[in-house]
Amino acid sequence: MSGNFITTSFNAMLGWGRKYSLFHYPFVTACCGMEYMSAACSHFDIDRFGAGWTRFSPRQSDLLLVVGTISQKLAPVLKTVYDQMTEPKWVIAFGACAASGGIYDNYAVVQGIDRIIPVDIYIPGCPPRPEMVLDALLKLQDKIQHLEPDWRWKKKKP
Amino acid sequence: MEEEKTLDALRDACPGAILEAGLSLGDAVAVIRPEDLPAVAAFLRDGPPRMAMLLDLTCVDRPDESGRFEMVYHFLSLETYARVRIKARLPAVNPEIASLTGLWKNADWLEREVFDLFGICFADHPNLSRLLLYDGFEGHPLRKDYPLRRRQPRIPPRQDGPGS
Ligand code: SF4
Repeated sequence: MSGNFITTSFNAMLGWGRKYSLFHYPFVTACCGMEYMSAACSHFDIDRFGAGWTRFSPRQSDLLLVVGTISQKLAPVLKTVYDQMTEPKWVIAFGACAASGGIYDNYAVVQGIDRIIPVDIYIPGCPPRPEMVLDALLKLQDKIQHLEPDWRWKKKKP
Repeated sequence: MEEEKTLDALRDACPGAILEAGLSLGDAVAVIRPEDLPAVAAFLRDGPPRMAMLLDLTCVDRPDESGRFEMVYHFLSLETYARVRIKARLPAVNPEIASLTGLWKNADWLEREVFDLFGICFADHPNLSRLLLYDGFEGHPLRKDYPLRRRQPRIPPRQDGPGS
């Protein structure tokens, strides 16, 4: 009984630490980048939620923000960037293009990045309002806080 | 009128080259025989019209017409700011036309783009390879007969994700 109590508290603390120290990698390819800039800079300021630190190396970041249209030509690059990030890692599909291909239902565009990499949060909108980005961030933090205690060991299985 | 003069000069310089001519939105437009393109382009650049700039070069696919592919060239004179549009219709099978890279350097990438997306061959182009699409892409997607939903992904879709 006492063992259980300690484990739960530890995970709560771990989740709290992780959700307020998200280092994000902005994978910005198109017009949604403008909306990302306003969300990230002082007007809307995602630093208030502990996600202000932009890292331009996938190896140092734990949140991949895919912002904009992903073409078939670029898909292997996005996959490589995702694979280079170390666990634990989360992905946000920012905008209609990243979430579903958006208005581009054609030969060139990947119809949603979840065909290539797993996605945690989808933000609709073309482009989404900064309030929606902040809402998505809060939802992701909620998800991080409530991860199963043993999720890390589960992921290691082949 | 300046535009009419340009067309008349072109008629004199390249007899028989012009199939149709007229004005569109104030610019001179001429449809020429494809084999006369080098002579027409050289005259426009060095002759009296002095079209120093090749503004754009593109293609239109009209599957129902006999000359299926219509090449469109836009020229601009830096002295009079006049514009001229030259068109040439190519057949559906083995469409080929001369390259303008010898006259305007910027024709290089414009022609590669048209080759990439429409499959038009440019004779004597120094490096006719795909410009925008990736190696291994089959077909030319801006042709009207390219299937709307045909996808050619470079990496296989995720096994545990939604299908492609
Ligand atoms: S969702 Fe709209 S704004 Fe965002 S990248 Fe696509 S087209 Fe641009």
